Amino acid sequence: MIDAVTNLGRYFIEVLRQYGKAGILLFRVILTAPNFRKGFPLLIQQIYAEGVLSFIIIVMSGLFIGMVVALQGYHTLVKFGASAELGPLVALSVVRELGPVVTAILFAGRAGSALTAEIGLMKATEQLSSMEMMAVDPLKRIISPRLWAGFISMPLLTLIFDTVAIYGAYLVGVKWLGLDAGAFWSNMQSSVDFNADILNGIYKSIVFGLVVAWIALHQGYDAEPTSAGIALATTRTVVYSSLAVLGLDFVLTAMMIGGW
Amino acid sequence: MNNLIKINNLSFNRNGRAIFQDVDMTVMRGKITAIMGPSGTGKTTLLKLIGGQIAPNKGEIIIDGQNVPRLNRSELYTLRKRMGMLFQSGGLFTHLNVFDNVAFPLREHTKLSEKMIRTLVLIKLQMVGLRGARDLMPSELSGGMSRRVALARAIALDPELIMYDEPLSGQDPIAMGILLKLIRTLNDALEMTTIMVSHDVKETLSIADFTYVISGGRVIGQGTPAEVQANPSEQLHQFIQGLPDGPMPFHFPADNIEDDLLQGMTG
Repeated sequence: MIDAVTNLGRYFIEVLRQYGKAGILLFRVILTAPNFRKGFPLLIQQIYAEGVLSFIIIVMSGLFIGMVVALQGYHTLVKFGASAELGPLVALSVVRELGPVVTAILFAGRAGSALTAEIGLMKATEQLSSMEMMAVDPLKRIISPRLWAGFISMPLLTLIFDTVAIYGAYLVGVKWLGLDAGAFWSNMQSSVDFNADILNGIYKSIVFGLVVAWIALHQGYDAEPTSAGIALATTRTVVYSSLAVLGLDFVLTAMMIGGW
Repeated sequence: MNNLIKINNLSFNRNGRAIFQDVDMTVMRGKITAIMGPSGTGKTTLLKLIGGQIAPNKGEIIIDGQNVPRLNRSELYTLRKRMGMLFQSGGLFTHLNVFDNVAFPLREHTKLSEKMIRTLVLIKLQMVGLRGARDLMPSELSGGMSRRVALARAIALDPELIMYDEPLSGQDPIAMGILLKLIRTLNDALEMTTIMVSHDVKETLSIADFTYVISGGRVIGQGTPAEVQANPSEQLHQFIQGLPDGPMPFHFPADNIEDDLLQGMTG
């Protein structure tokens, strides 16, 4: 019994220790004064690695999700004689929820796991240690540009996802199922509010971008410097990021719902 | 002052296990000091303590009058610009080619023009015999070449102190000979102070000016290579001669073998 309590206590102390380490990492990255001359090219490189290289998966997912939502939505709405409302249904679902959440989860799988593996490997092969011994702070040189790149890439990817998903819905609803294009677009335009819907979705994606990149970088930086340790850290990144995105989505939605 | 580094009463624990207990050492300026000992005795840990990557539980590590564990981040980074370290795996940046790896510290810490950086990098690569490999990526290098590139990078800023972590492990005899020659030549030509951690006894003793042998968290022998080899200590003799059993036991601590075997038969 005593052993079980001891182990439980040890587990919670370890969990708190991890939160503390992750907090210090974020705190140091955010508070570090940026060096624009050296930092800007690194930031652009990372926006390419995290954002541009995630483009294809975001576009393909957005297209199919928009098409599926339109197909499902049409067959439900048509029963109530409300098929003309397909545009608003798709646009609000995508812009408020599906866009930010699905993009964040895909980003965690594509870019987050790559970040963790990259940082973990740099640690295992003593690249981070050698950087420290060359009096170059890895937090500034390696971690910081990757975190800010996630912060910048995610809202852009979300906007791309939203646009492509709505276009996918247009293809299914208008081109395939024969809805009137004017009704599709005008109903959508009159139902979607820029501040309450589009901006709130972008705010969500900014938070998700920061959180996913933070989790991925912390997992890599804190990984056991072995093959098994890196594999475990990569898995953790995807699991923790996905859960954090879904949990935060509920909290943010609850905070924003007053405006809807 | 003749000593660059002075270590006083150094103690360091990891996971409740004492790695070092009240260790004292000095590293003489301009000399090659070898730190030897069996695997797992904390030789690499000692280099990390000297470089300020980890902090001791007790004791002082004084480099040129500065106590490393007491330095703040900016003071530590200033001190590190005067040090070079060659890691066991080389620690080359895998996304940069050989040239850019060697140029990295110059670009980070100096405001030299790219022309000047190019000249300096080529000089450093020439010193390690790899000027012709400047465009190769680290994945295209052999183990010995990787270490030579890492060595060129470590001396890019002409440090006063250079630390080698197991530079000879896993190297073929030719690569080993090249590395030994480079370590000695660079130390003398650039007037550096060298600390070399290794368990390759014969090769290390052939170039060291002074040697420490550590085991069980303590210094078990020190002196010039000749003095260490002549030391009558049984523990030292076992290590230097590579004897499988002795004061450092072959068997990991275990219960009595008869009891252990009988337990299996009766259980």
